[in-house]
Order: sequence, then C-alpha cells, then structure tokens
Amino acid sequence: MKRTVLAIAACCAAPVGAAENHSFNPDISLILQGRYLNARDIAERHISGFLPAGHDHGSERGFSLDHSELMLSANIDQAFRGQANFAIADGEVEVEEAWFQTLGLGHGLTVKGGRFLSGIGYSNEQHPHAWDFADQSLVYQALFGAHLIHDGVQLRWLAPTTAFVEFGVEAARGQFFPGSETGGNKNGAGSAATFVHIGNDWNESHSWRAGLSYLHAAPAARESHLEDASATEAHAAFSGDSNTWLVDFVWKWAPDGNMRERNFKFQAEYFQRKEQGELTCEDNSADGGVCNDTTGRYRSEQSGFYAQLVYQFMPRWRVGYRYDRLDSGTVDLGANVGLLEHEDYRPTRHSVMLDYAPSEFSRLRLQLARDESMHGVTDNQVIAQYAMSLGAHGAHKF
Amino acid sequence: MKRLLLPTLLLAALFVNTAAQAALNVLACEPEWGALVAELAGDKARINIATTPRQDPHHIEARPSLIARARNADLLVCNGAELELGWLPLLQRESGNARIQTGRPGWFEAAHYVDLIEKPEHLDRSAGDVHAAGNPHFHGDPRNILPVATALAARLAEIDAANAAHYQHRLADFRQRWQTALARWAQRAAPLKGVPVAVQHKNWSYLLRWLGMVAVVDLEPKSGIEPSAAYLAEVVQRLKQTPVRMVLRASYHSPRPAQWVAQHSAIPAVELPFTVGASEGAGDLFGLYEDIIERLLGALP
Repeated sequence: MKRTVLAIAACCAAPVGAAENHSFNPDISLILQGRYLNARDIAERHISGFLPAGHDHGSERGFSLDHSELMLSANIDQAFRGQANFAIADGEVEVEEAWFQTLGLGHGLTVKGGRFLSGIGYSNEQHPHAWDFADQSLVYQALFGAHLIHDGVQLRWLAPTTAFVEFGVEAARGQFFPGSETGGNKNGAGSAATFVHIGNDWNESHSWRAGLSYLHAAPAARESHLEDASATEAHAAFSGDSNTWLVDFVWKWAPDGNMRERNFKFQAEYFQRKEQGELTCEDNSADGGVCNDTTGRYRSEQSGFYAQLVYQFMPRWRVGYRYDRLDSGTVDLGANVGLLEHEDYRPTRHSVMLDYAPSEFSRLRLQLARDESMHGVTDNQVIAQYAMSLGAHGAHKF
Repeated sequence: MKRLLLPTLLLAALFVNTAAQAALNVLACEPEWGALVAELAGDKARINIATTPRQDPHHIEARPSLIARARNADLLVCNGAELELGWLPLLQRESGNARIQTGRPGWFEAAHYVDLIEKPEHLDRSAGDVHAAGNPHFHGDPRNILPVATALAARLAEIDAANAAHYQHRLADFRQRWQTALARWAQRAAPLKGVPVAVQHKNWSYLLRWLGMVAVVDLEPKSGIEPSAAYLAEVVQRLKQTPVRMVLRASYHSPRPAQWVAQHSAIPAVELPFTVGASEGAGDLFGLYEDIIERLLGALP
C-alpha cells in the first residue's frame, strides 16, 4: 500500500498503486445462517404426487443451524479463476461447489469445469443466503431437492449483441437427482443441459431477464423412499430418461435505477418434466407391505411454477410474497398399479416475508407460510431466520 | 435441441448491432470518466456509460444489459479504489471478454494514478462502508483529473496505435484548457476558504480539501449507513455548538436528511452535482466544477 510520491513527480502516467490488494490470499467468505421454525410435526415430509428428490436443506423444528457455508475464491492466474464452496454441518462437510472458470478465452466464451451449480433456470445459481425467502421454492424442491449441481463442464457463449443473449451447454456426471449415482457411472455424460438467457433494460428504471432451459438426465436405479398402497414404507428404483423444460423470467424496477431507496423484483419459473423408464418397487412384504420386486413401466408428466414479488419499501426493509403451485400430472405406474398409488394432487404454498438488512452483510427475516404441499395436511409455518456474511463478499448476480 | 435452435437464432438476429463500428468501444463506469474519454478521444470512440448521475455507483446491479456492453468493450474506464467492487468484477467475469480483464490494456482504473486520502487505519466493518484503499471519490478534486487524463491518453494510444497522435494532440489541448480552468476556479472559489460545512456522505472530502473548506459534521453515523431521526436530532444539537454554513449532499442521495438538518438549523441545504450530467450546468467536466463552485458561492450569505 505504500505510495511512492517521487514516482508521481517523475511521471504522472505511472501507476502509483493505490487501489491494489497486494495479498495473494483467496477471498474468504463465511456464511452464518440459522433459524427458528414453528411447524407441524411431520415425520416424513414430502411433496405429494412427486417422487422425493435428492437432499433438502433441513426441516428441523425449533432452533437450528440451517446452513453454514465457507467460500474461497480467487483468480488463479491470467487464464483461470477458481472457487470452492463448502456446506458445513455436524460431522460432515459437503462440497457444494469446486470449480475453475476461464478468464481470457475472449469472443464471449467462458468454460467452467468441476462441480458447479448448473446455469439452468434463474434461481438455481443462487446460494441459500441470497434467496429472497427462508426456504427454496417448491418447484426447485420437487425438481432437484434444492439445486441442480453438476460435476462436469459448462460452455457459455455471450452473443456480440447490444442486448444480453447468452447460450450455454453443460455435460455432467448426473449423479444428483433427477439423475442417480449408478446412472452417472459410465463413459460419457449421465446428464446434459442447455439454456438460453436473454435480457436488457427497458429504460433506466426497468430491467429484465428471461430464460429457457432443458435438462436431460439418465438415472439408473434411482432410489426413492416412499409409501406403498398399504401405507408401508417402501423403496422404489427408477431407471430411464428424465427430461425437464424450465422457463424463467425476472423483472426488476428501481426509480432511476437507484436501488438504494426503493426497488421491486418480480420473479417466476415454470417447469415441465417427463420421465419414462422402468420402476421397481423393492419387496417389503417382511414389513407388511405389498411391494414384491415387480418391475414395470413408469411414465410421468408433471409440472409446476412459482411466482414471487419482493418490494423494498424503504432502505434496508423489504416485504415479499411467493406463490407455489405444482401439478402431480399424469403418472403411469405400469405393472406396479395397485402396489403403488399415484396421488393426483396440486401442492400449493403461500409465503410472506419481511426482512431487514442493516448492511449488505447481514439480514434478519420473518416468514409466514401456509404449506399445503402434502395431501390432507395444512401446515402453518413461522420461520425466523438470520443470514450473515463474514469476510469478502462476492457480488451477487442479477 | 433442434427445436431450440431456430427461435434463438431468429432472436439473436433481432438484437444484432448494426451500427457502424467506431474505432474504439469504451465502457466507462461513471459519467465523469465517460466525459474524460470524450475529451481525449473525440469521435474516435463510441462511449457507453454504465451508471447515470441519479445512481449511486456503490450500489449497482450487474444487469444483463451491462454484461452485454462489457462483452463488446475494447476498453473499460472505471474509478477503481473499490468503488465498483459490488458489480464490476461480475461484469468482467461474465463478459467472456479477454480484453477487459484486470491487468490487460483494456482495463483502466483511474485510482491508480492519484493519491487517495482517508485510508482507514483499521479495517472493521463495524465502522460502516469503509474502503480499504482509501476514499474513492477523488474526482471531487479537479487537480486529480490531469494525471488520470495523461495516463488515459497513453492507454488509448496503446490500444488504438493508429490514432496515437490524435489522442496526444487532444490531451495537450485538454491539459491547457484544464490548467486555465483550474486557475480560474481557484480565484473564483477564494471566498469559500475556511467555510465550515456539514456533509451527508463522505463523498466531498476531496472537493473540500481542494477548496480549503472544512467538513465539521457527517450526517451519516457511519459511512454508508442512513442516519436515523434520533441521530439527525443529535447532529442538529451538535451544530448549535459548532455552527456550519451549509449542508452538502450529492444529487443521487435522498434529499431528506440534508433538508431536515438544514430546516432545523436554519442553514441552506445545497445539492451539488456529483458527476457530469447531474445538473443542467454540469454538461461536461468543465461545467461540473463550475456549477459546483457557483452553487457553493450562492449558498454563502
């Protein structure tokens, strides 16, 4: 940081190095996120009519450490940038992200490799501390558990246009839902995705982004934990193709583009998923169940959406409302008809939140929700949540 | 995949930029640096400006439109000193544009060429919105414009060697006009020397230092933190002991705190253009400082 006054006198065009961070250490960011949840005591939370998807960010009642996250990032050299993101819980560290990205390819091209949050949809790339609500939308819970994480490569190309037009393709192992570990164990890719995002400013105050994404996964022996027709616990394994379309739209407003005082955000995503293949319901007769290792055709066509509004009505304070609605659609259980039951149901949830952010590094939130994602259960929830960020805090995407 | 291809290609065709190619595509982060590029490059550059005078350059989102502009830029001209920390790194990263990456000739940070003041001794976020490199609002002192202009002209010549003579010629011309203006402003602003003022945010430090004015009170309890009503009442009390002649605020800040304090202390609140285009008088860099000085003089009884 020392400045050489002489150098200025000698030649004013020489950099005098005022703004440079001379440390080569990566930027370190620690997220502390915890909450208090008041909800009904439900042993096996699930979304009715949907096969349970991957991991979820906890639904423990009472006080809990929701999500602690450690993030390290830096430019590696002139060619690459790297980032790692670890989710930390008792007795386990989960690698959420660990990737490198090119910096200098040019021509609008960027390649990312490693484990990363897929670029499909809108909120898939957002970390939990950047969510506008205390929990993830039902759409993402039903589709991916919380996020679609890829172990693979991503190529993005930004078109040389005055408006924002971005294309991306991804090839990945596909071991996470809707893929499966066994499906990923092969030469080639167990999952592939492609997306296009377009966006622009309407004028100084309004800006938007829209996207269309497609995900293909080829799970093999993908395990789901569910109840059979006699309401006994069962394990079902699906092998086949899982194809998902996602449409997303975001619109933001701030008077004169100055977000400081007031701003508004509308965000919505819609998906449609088709799965086709074979389903085996493992023999659970020992527990009194009706499954008997029958393998039969499985075909499903399901959809859902959420839409949310968030309004900052004065500096630091925001209110928001989110509506979730899924459609369990049509499911053909083939030879498993009678052993398993498809619940024809439209899960919904209303959520409202109020949050207060003393600075961009801390946020306190109160959220009320009426959750009817389980058939026959109305769960009125209260969530009080904090999200704090220590150390370097990378900029958030639009 | 094929189903996607045709509609997206059609869409892309709609957005393709058909405007004639100027020699250089410049993306300036703030209007003052866009104005400086205009002075030095004239018609040799097509200039896009990422922020408007009504926006707070600390708080900008990396909007899709800005990423698209960064994608096509040959040169990025920004303030630096962490002012754009919340959005510029994203623009660079998401642009897929090798030319504007940090350390490349297409990346220009004005803060490199000036001395910053108010460097915090301790870095602790409990002190508010602190900038480790020092106070980034150095364009408040017009004397800081010259070293930046010199370096910027050299950079333009490096990127666009064919027009090197053009940039050097315009720099020499600008330097002469600027030095004349500096002398004129110093003379005109002489009555402002020693005048005590209150500021809404610490973005006038360089201006006040140049004019020899004294910031007695800051309306923000901590840098970048909005004052509460109770805090403002405290400020009014403090102003009874150590009176000031006016309260200053930038045009992109909310007028309320400065107006409230001004009313309760019976002194004028002065809105100053913070950058080029922020007021009618501030049509270019020269007009910016002229307008600032006239508004300050106008607030003196």
